[in-house]
Amino acid sequence: MSTTSKAMRQSFALRFSSNAFLVFWCVIAAFPILWIAVMSVKSPVDAFAQNPMDVIMGPNTLARGDGLSILDIILGLAVLYFAIRWMFTRLPALVARYSPSGWIVLGWLIGAAIYALAFLLVFFGLLPLILAPLNAVLGPLGDPVLGLTTQHYIAVWGENEFYRNFLNSMLVTAGVVTISLTVGTLAGYGLARSGSDLAFWLLILALIFRALPHSVLVAGYLPWFINSAEILRPLFGDLSPTLYGQPWAVIAVLVSINQPFTIWMLRSFFQNIPAELDEAARVDGCSHFQAFRRVIMPVMWPGVITTGLFSFLLGYNDYLVTSLLLDAQNQTMVPAIAGYFNRETTTTDQVEAVAAAVSITAPLFLLVMVFQRQIVSGLTAGAVKG
Amino acid sequence: MRFKTFFAFVAPSVFMMTLFIALPLVSVFIQSFQITQPVMQQLEVETCTPGFITQTCVTELKTVPIIGDDGKIQTTTQWVGLQSYRNVLQMDKVWEALSSGRLGDILQIDFWKALRFTLMFTLLTLPLVIGVGLLIALTVNNAARAFRGPVIFVSLLPFIVTPVIGALSIYWLFVGDGILTAMMERWSGTNISMFAQAWTIELLMYFYRVWHVAPFAFVIFYAGLQTVNMDTLESAVIDGASRWERLRHVIIPHLMPLIVFIALIHLMDCYRVFDEIIGFRAQAHVISLQWLTVDFLTPDDAGNRAIARASASAMLTMIGIVFLLILPLRRTWRDHKGGAH
Repeated sequence: MSTTSKAMRQSFALRFSSNAFLVFWCVIAAFPILWIAVMSVKSPVDAFAQNPMDVIMGPNTLARGDGLSILDIILGLAVLYFAIRWMFTRLPALVARYSPSGWIVLGWLIGAAIYALAFLLVFFGLLPLILAPLNAVLGPLGDPVLGLTTQHYIAVWGENEFYRNFLNSMLVTAGVVTISLTVGTLAGYGLARSGSDLAFWLLILALIFRALPHSVLVAGYLPWFINSAEILRPLFGDLSPTLYGQPWAVIAVLVSINQPFTIWMLRSFFQNIPAELDEAARVDGCSHFQAFRRVIMPVMWPGVITTGLFSFLLGYNDYLVTSLLLDAQNQTMVPAIAGYFNRETTTTDQVEAVAAAVSITAPLFLLVMVFQRQIVSGLTAGAVKG
Repeated sequence: MRFKTFFAFVAPSVFMMTLFIALPLVSVFIQSFQITQPVMQQLEVETCTPGFITQTCVTELKTVPIIGDDGKIQTTTQWVGLQSYRNVLQMDKVWEALSSGRLGDILQIDFWKALRFTLMFTLLTLPLVIGVGLLIALTVNNAARAFRGPVIFVSLLPFIVTPVIGALSIYWLFVGDGILTAMMERWSGTNISMFAQAWTIELLMYFYRVWHVAPFAFVIFYAGLQTVNMDTLESAVIDGASRWERLRHVIIPHLMPLIVFIALIHLMDCYRVFDEIIGFRAQAHVISLQWLTVDFLTPDDAGNRAIARASASAMLTMIGIVFLLILPLRRTWRDHKGGAH
């Protein structure tokens, strides 16, 4: 390396422009998302102010009595820093200790839920209680300087009952992830271990299905789903359901739409697991299914988690299918935002829409933070095998 | 693996894909030749309004749908051949525009307008995504090791954010007197509104799509760059190749399979552009093929869905997919045959 370093050395101008471009890209990549996060905690006048500084400092929000003092900001950031640090250093060990063996995934779900609850309690319950008297004592240090209000979040989650949409989103997403992984893992394993022409054709067919616009499929479902109660009556009698507006019907649809991608991805993961592993199990007298359960399942989790992340994104981000196949009562979060467009007459409505948008983005932000490595490996795994 | 075991493994997946992808396709194909309408009957209706001394009565012939015994409107389904396709394509207007030489008129028709935008969107963003993705990958590869992790984290944000929300977040920067519009107005001294005409909306859409997909290209190229053969690069240096020549003749050929992969995925995803239209609220100015189908499927004010026209437009969209996939599929087929021997 040392011999090449001189030949490979770059001029200052090149290094500088390369790094400058990188900074420029990072600003562009993060700016729109960060900016809506800033807008969502300001009063409407500040949020849509023409001067960027007004949006950041929020003079109007401050004038209405909502603001943070320097002490608030320092303490808040400190708590945030330690909370995130603790999440990455101590939480994994705690989860590993208290979850029964084999149920690590469930342990993580519960651990994450408890952690989120504790964080919300400390950050929004305990911290303001401590800071209120402190601010009063400290005088100039305790004067609010930065306008900040949570009223839009309270309006969105409380009055507008956004939590209903959140629960629907969680239901649909959880269903999509579990079912598409169960079905896809089996198929991916079968496809990876079979070199037959049939497997090849199945994969090609899946590739074609992957290219289909979702609206084409929904055009196929709609008439059947709306009339399903009558069509199914001869089979199920009066129990036959109307599939239109049923979350589990949407789950089935999204799982199927996601199948082509899932089986391609899982197949490439299974191909990386040496076939000698299950051949050894077969020699020891296991059937294919036993080999899969005892030998492959313990080592397949990295691939499954990665694929699960992408299934999660598909279910969570979907607008088209859920907006057409669910009705207003059980709408998921992303189409529910469209409801704000229609009402969006005052600037308050607009900022509430911004707050709803930030609420949808926040879980994704956490997801990237926790699973960055898996997402990157998933993206590249798809590319390597084509 | 024997066929029976293989079948047992893939059966659930194949079943779901058949039920929810293959069968709906057949159903759409059939629906596009049919039209379902409520059965109408003409009734003489006498309506009376109280007037001075006598009532004023009017008898008129009204067309009303027949209500069946179960209280629902009765419908009939007819085979109409290519009627729905004609309704979507509106060829008569196209020929008229062609014969009179006003080609711009063709783009007034929804389908052709959507087709124009979808194709232009797909073809224009493709080189941009690959170029920007490659540029980010090269610069990240060039940056100090400590910065790479945070840069990848920030870069993943646009990729992972919900498409509708991503488009909205850019929309809010430009809408009305959003800060970026205000900034541009200060620089140019003129009044700018980004959402009043088609071409500015389209520009923002191109920008959004590149912003959204470039991270995907970047991550894949970055992984590819880690496997570039250093010996080849060094011998290129010894041979006196400039930095640009090394990029052109060593690195890009090495990344070529990845470029093809990204191009294929990008073509598929871009061809079904839809979320941008919702996020930018662009339907009055710019529409795409997928949006057109969804619009037919959305109930109108009377609660009717134009299923037949939606199916026709869906089938026409599918024809585009065939063209899109024919080349890569032929290549894969050749590779498969070549690999078998």
